[in-house]
Amino acid sequence: MSEVPSVPPADPSSSADAPTPPEGSIMAAAPDPATAAADIKAGGMTIDPAVAARATAPSLEMRAITKRFPGVVANDHIDLTIRPGEIHGLLGENGAGKSTLMNILYGLLTPDEGEILLDGAPVVIAGPADAIARGIGMVHQHFMLVPVFSVAENIVLGNETMANPIFLDTHKAEGRIRDLAAQLGFEIDPDAKVGDLSVGIQQRIEILKALYRGAKVLILDEPTAVLTPQETVEIFQVLRRLAAEGTSIVFISHKLYEVLEIADTITVIRRGRVVGQADPKTATEEELAEMMVGREVSLVVDKGPAHPGDVVLSIDGVEVADDRGSVVVDGISFEVRAGEIFGIAGVAGNGQDEFVEALNGLRKTRAGTISLAGEDITNHSSRDLSERGVAYVPGDRQRYGLVLTYPIEDNLVLTDYYHAPFSRYGVIDEKAIAKRAAELVPKFDIRTPSSTVPASTLSGGNQQKVIVAREFSRPLKLLVADQPTRGIDVGSIEFIHKQIVAKRDAGTAVLLVSAELDEVLELSDRIGVMYRGKLVAILDGAEAEKEKVGLIMATGQAEVSA
Amino acid sequence: MTEPKTGWADKALALDASTTTGMIGGSRKRQFLVTVIAILLGLLVGAVLIIISGLIGPSQTLDLTLPITAYAAVLEGALGSPKAIANTLNAATPLIFTGLSVAFGFRAGLFNIGANGQLLIGAFTAAIVGTIAGIPFPIAMLLALVAGALGGAFWGFIPGALKAWRGAHEVVTTIMLNYVAYLLLNLLASSTFKDQGATFPRTPDINPAAALPIILADTRLHLGIVFALLTAVFVWFLLFKTTLGFEIRTVGANSSAARYAGIRPAFITVLTMSIAGALAGLGGGVEILGITKNYPAEFLVSYGFDGIAVALLGRAHPFGVVGAALLFGVMRAGAGNMQRQTDIPVDIISIVQGVILLFVAAQVVIERLLPRVRPKRREPTPASAAAA
Repeated sequence: MSEVPSVPPADPSSSADAPTPPEGSIMAAAPDPATAAADIKAGGMTIDPAVAARATAPSLEMRAITKRFPGVVANDHIDLTIRPGEIHGLLGENGAGKSTLMNILYGLLTPDEGEILLDGAPVVIAGPADAIARGIGMVHQHFMLVPVFSVAENIVLGNETMANPIFLDTHKAEGRIRDLAAQLGFEIDPDAKVGDLSVGIQQRIEILKALYRGAKVLILDEPTAVLTPQETVEIFQVLRRLAAEGTSIVFISHKLYEVLEIADTITVIRRGRVVGQADPKTATEEELAEMMVGREVSLVVDKGPAHPGDVVLSIDGVEVADDRGSVVVDGISFEVRAGEIFGIAGVAGNGQDEFVEALNGLRKTRAGTISLAGEDITNHSSRDLSERGVAYVPGDRQRYGLVLTYPIEDNLVLTDYYHAPFSRYGVIDEKAIAKRAAELVPKFDIRTPSSTVPASTLSGGNQQKVIVAREFSRPLKLLVADQPTRGIDVGSIEFIHKQIVAKRDAGTAVLLVSAELDEVLELSDRIGVMYRGKLVAILDGAEAEKEKVGLIMATGQAEVSA
Repeated sequence: MTEPKTGWADKALALDASTTTGMIGGSRKRQFLVTVIAILLGLLVGAVLIIISGLIGPSQTLDLTLPITAYAAVLEGALGSPKAIANTLNAATPLIFTGLSVAFGFRAGLFNIGANGQLLIGAFTAAIVGTIAGIPFPIAMLLALVAGALGGAFWGFIPGALKAWRGAHEVVTTIMLNYVAYLLLNLLASSTFKDQGATFPRTPDINPAAALPIILADTRLHLGIVFALLTAVFVWFLLFKTTLGFEIRTVGANSSAARYAGIRPAFITVLTMSIAGALAGLGGGVEILGITKNYPAEFLVSYGFDGIAVALLGRAHPFGVVGAALLFGVMRAGAGNMQRQTDIPVDIISIVQGVILLFVAAQVVIERLLPRVRPKRREPTPASAAAA
């Protein structure tokens, strides 16, 4: 494996007379024939080893990295080459081995085989401190910031600039931080408390933290998962500037269109192996999805016309306040019928969360009535609602949907552990619970070696499938799905979408709430748009155009020229 | 809302469910290994201290075999004769009860520092009910024990209710209630309930029919240890085999998810604290009915605080608690013999106990010593990839 990327046999001069930057044109050969074949099949993915040779010297190379965990090869001879100033998109399903690879690069894990070359020289990365010292920085999906510390304190933490052996030189540190931020094209107040800042700003602090330590290679693990679309646009500008100044960036994401937009090169990993590389200029989302999943993936939801029946859910003038007491759901009224999917679109933070919580008994309403099949269920308890046939896929799966320390099988009965067959006379029947898990795990394609391992060991997509399996397997009248596919890979999204449509076709009323406009548009038979706590428009799903809905979401004006 | 309120104290103490349940997670085998290593390290540090105490003690000699002699003396004093074993088991008994009390709270994400006060209240109510004359043996005893459990339950209910409905942090309220219990009972036992014939202020002796019978001839071993072991089995069953236990553990592991699942965390908080109080109160009753036979006004015991140590060492598992309490019982009961035979002060044993706890609490340090079995991080997901 010493010649990765494969050096072309011909024309050594080509490296000299090709001054164009490597971005967007590197096509390193796939390391084994099987995956190379996959590339060709995927179409649009040309393999052009000649181009690889003329690239600038790689700043970072991972060669034949192999990492085995008990019972599984998480990384199987993975090669990855990252050049200076390149934004390298790393794609793969949850559990494909991306994070393992990055944890190896960051020194959190030791590879069983393979080597890492930094600027051409082999290195052994002993731990995160060593990685930082070698110029590798990592921004985790879940930020590692101290909320009560200031921006400057967070950035210098662990790498403090000292005025003398006792006191910090905060002044100098703050100056450097301002300079760094200015270089990247934004301003930051080094004195502000991190806990008071938005998620988007916090992420920039993480990036600054890495740069402050002299990072030349920056790993971003799903950086946009927690950002609003606007924040995503802004962070992309920052990343482009960083790359232009020579920093190499590894960009991990599930969102194919984002990777296509930002990356110069894309490497796709599946089941621990590199299955190919793609050129973001020519590749399409469909091709990338197919490479990731290993089969054709339908990015478009396949559903027939709805056959709406009786009204199941009726919302009439509902008002809900947030934790601070201000009214964030301001008199909403609509109905959802059996056999239809009613989608609520809206920019995050327009009252959707509070509304869904109130609907599911987790928050009290201020005014209005909620009825289920004609019966008033306003402010009824979660338990009562679930007994009446309301299933709820919560938006925050790790906070509400799962007990991460519990085994999968216990999570599969989290909302119906208390009645037969799972318990009798207050005593739990472990056999019945295990039997239930044995049914649901294969049926819902939950990928796990055993249903007795904690839910925390599952990837995000599989965690979501646990919730879906549990909530969809009860006798249902109404299904409330809040952000059902947030942060999960395309294969799992496709699966969950199919399940939702199947529930609709079986006569369940479905209320879908999603910040992903595409998801709402594709799934919904009718669409309501929420804006500042009001339902400003209800549109027919088949006729709603993306631009029009987007405009209503942004302005709250339903009466735009249509 | 029904979720327990979080007040300033929660933030100030930074003690929430994740803190108290942090030691519950992880694989059982691994936890056991870490605990055993912690105990061995504690004994090792103790050995160094014993050697030093030999150097600075009356003999002033460097004796590297002294730790072995000392530990052998502890074991002999604790397990060397039926009498010794009886004392060990009697010493472990109240610790099993208070350890179960604290562990039970941990499971619901509650830090019950108030086991001592709950034990005192239980001891007092058992002592008073035990004085009622004219009831035959098993009934009088059981009645007094029930009284002890109810007294403790009441003393646990108060902080539970304050937490559930007013958002007062249980660490603060239980600490304060420990003082209230001690001083209140001191007053009662030296006034209203004082035995007029006694030299020192104390309640009257209990009716012999209420006393826990001796179960091993020629020793002081009373029935308490049997109750303690049965209680441990009961707590295990309650926590792991019943729907109530499922609800308690769910609240402890993730109270938001518990609410989502239709569990009322406020109710569970009150119930858990009451049951925890009952367990400690039962321990108090057992101690009175088995050992002291009356409630002395100055009943200065620290079983409730030792119970925190026992619960931590036992990883908040009922059977772990029993093991930890027995270990502490051995150390307690054998320490005196060690001092008699080797002139090493008994306090060394307290230090060993402290060091063991330190290592249990700082399990990260020990996990560093176990290089090849580093805990898996959340994100490499071999599990999901394996099935893929």
